[in-house]
Amino acid sequence: MSLGHNARRRLIIAASFLVALVLSILPWPVWTEQFRPDWVALVLIYWCMALPTRVGVGTAWSVGLMLDVLYGSMLGENALAKSLIAFLTVRFHLQLRMFPRWQQAVVVLLLVAANNLLVLWIKNLAGQAPSTWSYLTPSIVRMLLWPWLFVILRDIRRHGNVS
Amino acid sequence: MLLISGWQIRAPSNLTRFVLLALLSVSLMLLDARGHHLQKIRAGLTVLFRPIQMVAAIPIRVGSAVIDFIHGDETLRAEAERLRSEQPILLARLQKFEAIEAENAHLRQLLGTSALVAERAVVAELLEVASEPFRRTVVIAKGVKDGLYLGQPVIDAYGIRGQVSEIGVLQSTAILITDPGHAIPVQVNRNGLRAIAFGTGAPDTVSIRYLTASSDIKPGDLLVSSGIGGGFPFGYPVAKVKKIVNDPNESFLDITATPVAQLSHNKEVLLIWPAKSVLPVEAKKPAEIKKPVPQSKLVEPKKPAVVPQPTVVEPAKPAEGATP
Repeated sequence: MSLGHNARRRLIIAASFLVALVLSILPWPVWTEQFRPDWVALVLIYWCMALPTRVGVGTAWSVGLMLDVLYGSMLGENALAKSLIAFLTVRFHLQLRMFPRWQQAVVVLLLVAANNLLVLWIKNLAGQAPSTWSYLTPSIVRMLLWPWLFVILRDIRRHGNVS
Repeated sequence: MLLISGWQIRAPSNLTRFVLLALLSVSLMLLDARGHHLQKIRAGLTVLFRPIQMVAAIPIRVGSAVIDFIHGDETLRAEAERLRSEQPILLARLQKFEAIEAENAHLRQLLGTSALVAERAVVAELLEVASEPFRRTVVIAKGVKDGLYLGQPVIDAYGIRGQVSEIGVLQSTAILITDPGHAIPVQVNRNGLRAIAFGTGAPDTVSIRYLTASSDIKPGDLLVSSGIGGGFPFGYPVAKVKKIVNDPNESFLDITATPVAQLSHNKEVLLIWPAKSVLPVEAKKPAEIKKPVPQSKLVEPKKPAVVPQPTVVEPAKPAEGATP
């Protein structure tokens, strides 16, 4: 490995966020919308839990802002929601690490639901809130996806020797 | 711990950072939503992130290329056949249309109102990226230099799709009529009853609100743009009424309609430049329609438009409404 340890870590984290961003604007058939996971939030929760001193509120805010630009939503909308997730995850990362995987998944559900609720409030203030209940179903998919994503990202982290 | 010129500065705690960034986000949102002060910054950032969008669009492009490759010949031939058979019919209709247009202009002259001049239209390609979940937006591969303007109508071969909501350097965003932040003034084609069609966030539904139980509207009615407000030209098909629920506990009917335009299918849209508005008074203030108006604001001016119904109901057309 020619890269320094720091540079490699940054590269891997940045790449994982980039993949998450691409995945979140990847076009799917419309009916899958209710099941579309919030990739950025999941990757963010993982990194905040694994490396709370490296990835935190600042990273979350910038990635959220990128998501805002890509989605064309109000600038700062997703940035705020993502930094809330990061803040909570970093605050409780020690407890989270101790939880068994399924319990982590439940916490992820709560975190992502908090994110959704915040975005919904902001959208409602701007008069853009969707008037369907199906807005809340994606959180459950995110919960089911968590264990798999956790394993994948952990392997990437260990393989890339990121700490 | 940071050491700056002999002073020891503690790095801000997690909570401090969160509070600061939250304040920053809120101020960004206010700047963005209230005054549109961030258009330039956003346009610049969009150019910067264009590679991400291009990467996201790759799977669909590759997919359609592969499909074209596998049964390209047959489909192309069938398509050409279909188009060839359609063309004479359309041309025949167009002949009649020109005569009617001339007659219409003549009648308008007699009435003393301004005639509708032909509209300019341009085909624009869509970029295959997903919108934010539960928002309905599309990315158009046209920018400032193509002469787009905010609030410009976006249509397809079947009806109105939406309007341009954001203009960038290389690409623009259009908000569809099904977006929860969108509303379009419509009228029932059968009798001219005016209403407003709100997007719901569901992919194939708009809701018609604030119509009372006595309104003359039936399932199957075609709703066309009414031209009021000056944003959309008059007479383009918008949606077909699907279901009407009359709940006596509610003051208004619960009406759902299906958009006529193929909102989720086509790869291309038409951008039109309406030449002249029918209502010159409304046309003076296009600034109001440049962003989807918050629904709370829309509630007040609607009541007078809906409650009194001095519309001329033509009695000779019972058959049209009966076929849903």
